Amino acid sequence: MRKWLLIFVLWLPLVAVAGEAKPLAQDPVLEQRMISLSEDLRCLVCQNESLAGSRADLAQDLRQEIREQMRAGKSDEEVIAYLTQRYGDFVLYKPPVKPLTWLLWFGPFALLIGAIGGLYAYIKRRGNRLADESLSEEEKKRVATLLGSNGNES
Amino acid sequence: MKRFLIPLAIFLVLVGFLGVGLRLDPHEVPSPLIGKLAPDFNLPLLSDASRHFSPAEMRGKVWLLNVWASWCTSCRQEHETLLELARRGVVPIYGMDYKDQPADAQGVLNQAGNPYVETVMDIDGRVGINFGVYGVPETYVIDKSGMIRYKLTGPLTPENLEGKILPLLKELQK
Repeated sequence: MRKWLLIFVLWLPLVAVAGEAKPLAQDPVLEQRMISLSEDLRCLVCQNESLAGSRADLAQDLRQEIREQMRAGKSDEEVIAYLTQRYGDFVLYKPPVKPLTWLLWFGPFALLIGAIGGLYAYIKRRGNRLADESLSEEEKKRVATLLGSNGNES
Repeated sequence: MKRFLIPLAIFLVLVGFLGVGLRLDPHEVPSPLIGKLAPDFNLPLLSDASRHFSPAEMRGKVWLLNVWASWCTSCRQEHETLLELARRGVVPIYGMDYKDQPADAQGVLNQAGNPYVETVMDIDGRVGINFGVYGVPETYVIDKSGMIRYKLTGPLTPENLEGKILPLLKELQK
């Protein structure tokens, strides 16, 4: 009897530890999904941090919210829609393509095309100008003397 | 001469962009809730936790919702302005105590004065998320139909009160 009691008592701390050391995330798959989604989301308090990396209070709340919504079976799109309805496109590190963000998405390409066009026009104009510059008779003679021939020989 | 005009023009355009950029506050996130119905809630009152307040009760009235907390230092800055606005009696101000302990919030009101008709307690901040709260203090102007018409992030000052909020209230109260 005493032996069994001793074994029971010795087992107790193990049970207690097992109860205490609960993993932070009960569902590692869901946690991973939450983290990969919130890496593309901006923390509104510290704007250069992602929602995944921020220790701001609001970021923790939002991560909890995302976790709960995912647990409830919401898709990533639904979670993003939930956040943009409240905080706007600002929470997205990758803003959606829409008229308001056209300049952001296509501006650099427009600038590049414009610059290439400008460069092309400049080179062409310069080429034409150089081609137009023909030598006068006197200059031709000078060229011929300098080259040591009478200028008619090929 | 023309050679200098083009770089000068580019320079002036750049200065223009930078000048505008300096005036913008990157912390001011435009709220997608403007022009939409204020999110519904039903939260206990700070003065009496057994009673609740819901925005539905304010239908037909223009009102302000001021999100604050006892831990928020810039909320103390705007407190005087809120008290002054409350004294004028032009608009009912409701407070939302965001992620706070009721006793701490009550302490602030006892000490600094209470500009609010009532303060509701959003202890876990869930309603705050629905409003898109990200930096207290925040002030929402809500019209007679329950629509959010304006949101101010940051402390209320006599300047933005006179310049923006009071004229808007006057127009909405017509």
